[in-house]
This record gives sequence, structure tokens and C-alpha cells, in this order.
Amino acid sequence: MDITVNGKAKDIPYGSTIETLLMILDISPNGIAVEMNKQVIPKTRHNVTFLRDEDDIEIIQMVGGG
Amino acid sequence: MSVALANENSIQIGKYTFSSRLMVGTGKYASNEEMVAALDASGAEVVTVAVRRVNLDRTGDSILNHIDLNKYSLLPNTAGCYTLEDTLRTARLGREALETDLIKLEVLGDEKTLFPDNEATLEAARILVKEGFTIMPYTSDDPIMARKLEDIGCAAIMPLASPIGSGLGITNPYNISIILETVKVPVIIDAGVGTASDAAAAMELGCDGVLMNTAIATADDPVKMARAMRLGVEAGRLAKAAGRMPKKLYATASSPTDGLLT
Repeated sequence: MDITVNGKAKDIPYGSTIETLLMILDISPNGIAVEMNKQVIPKTRHNVTFLRDEDDIEIIQMVGGG
Repeated sequence: MSVALANENSIQIGKYTFSSRLMVGTGKYASNEEMVAALDASGAEVVTVAVRRVNLDRTGDSILNHIDLNKYSLLPNTAGCYTLEDTLRTARLGREALETDLIKLEVLGDEKTLFPDNEATLEAARILVKEGFTIMPYTSDDPIMARKLEDIGCAAIMPLASPIGSGLGITNPYNISIILETVKVPVIIDAGVGTASDAAAAMELGCDGVLMNTAIATADDPVKMARAMRLGVEAGRLAKAAGRMPKKLYATASSPTDGLLT
């Protein structure tokens, strides 16, 4: 299944959730946030939110800034 | 006395009380170690951070691993956003990542000046207030904008002293004074402070706080400058409370004129 993560194409297994995606990418869920098709998906829903073909995912973290 | 001074230094933003009137950014430091030392020297409680994409090609070291969350309150910003949509998305992502409703709202209008897009800032504030955010908006030094942002429900007003990262200090102290007379919510100078005397000047005008990043992070010695800023903010606050002497055109002798030898 082809999705986009942070602007880049990514092929992931069918049936993947956001939780699965974070594990595949080796990203700890602490201190990050995930957006699916421009809607924030709360941490509590990562394991029940299934990804579909052509979903557009953004994963953000906090960085130094003013 | 020390308790009174400590209270004097605390500031109320919406439902939050913070222990320092100096708020600092975390960008542009040479290393995380230098940033941590500068944050400590500044005495700040509120620390700003930015929302950016995770780099998928390498596992990066999160800035959150270096900031003691028992000591600091993180203030996510929407820095770098030029559109209403990007600003709203960034604010919501910041809230989700940090589990805070505080947001330093920033909608930029122009890459060269980094001046705010006031129209988009107002619209973003309207929407985010309804979503329960505690909003601290970066704005131009315009008293009418300040009043509108307060009317919308912003928890503070953060006028620029001069362009972001310019270090030019307070270019229009008279506008800042009018803003201070116009709104009841805290007024925090955001952007443009260059050195400790600028921070003191902001507080002497009557501002409730100062937020800065570049002035500390790009000083030759950021840790020393952080301490200087802390003292500048406290000195300015005390001087404002003390009430300065009136300015006079001609001299007035400090020593008595009675009892002179001749």
C-alpha cells in the first residue's frame, strides 16, 4: 500500500495502523504528533487508526526555535 | 523581601502562572549543552520550541531529551508559517505533541522582514480560541491590533520591538506605551531585543515580560548573556516599580549648597 510520509512515498503492509507505521519507522510516540490527511490523530487512537492507500501522513517533532 | 521579589517576577498568562518574566527560545545554539546552560542562567520558566517534520532518514536526538520538563514549561510556536492553514495545523500538532494548550501564535507575512500577517493572525486566533488554546500572539507594535487580539480572547499580546533576529531593540517605545495603556492582558515584548539594556528598557516601559532567542543564542558567550538578560529584566521591572525621577534639562546639585567654604 502506497502512502506519503512527510512528503516522501512509502510502501507499507496492508492493515497497518499509525502505531504500526511508527514502529516500522522506528519512531518513539513520545513528544511527536501525527497528522493523517491534515487531521491530527491523537496518541490514544494510533493503534485503532488504519492507514489506507494514498493517505498523506505527517509526523512532527519539537526542535529548537524562538 | 526575597518572597516579595519572587512574586514580583512571576507572571500570569491565562490560567498559568510562570516564575519568570523572561521567556527564552531554544534555537540557534551551537550545542544542546550550551542551550541547557543558557536556559539555566536565564532563570526562565517558559521555553519556546518549534514544530518540524521528523527526519525519516536518521534517528535524531530529540531536543526534549535535553530540557528538564520539571523545571521548564514548553511553549510551542507556529514560527515559519505563512498561511492560515499551515498555522492552524502546526498549532494543533504542537498541542498534540506536548499536551499543552499554550501556543505562541506567529503568522508571517514576508520572508525579508518576518513581520506578522496581522489579518491571518487575527483569523487564526479566532479559530484557536474556540479550540481552547491559550494564545500568545506575535504581532506588530500596533495598539489597534493589540486591542483586537485581546477582544478575541488572546491571553497575552506579544508585540515585536523590532524585526525578529535583528537585535535593533525597541524601535517604537511610544507605540509600546500606547499598547500598554490599551490592553489589560500581559504585554510581552517578542523579537528584536539585542542586549540586556533593551530588555531593561522594555520592562521600564511597563511591559510584563520579554521573550527572546537570538540575542542570547548568538552572543559570544550565550550563558553570560542569558544571565545579563535575567538581570536586565529584573532591573527594569524594579526600576519601573520604583518610579524614575523626572527628566530635567538643567543640572541640580546633589551635594548641599549650604556650608561651602567660600
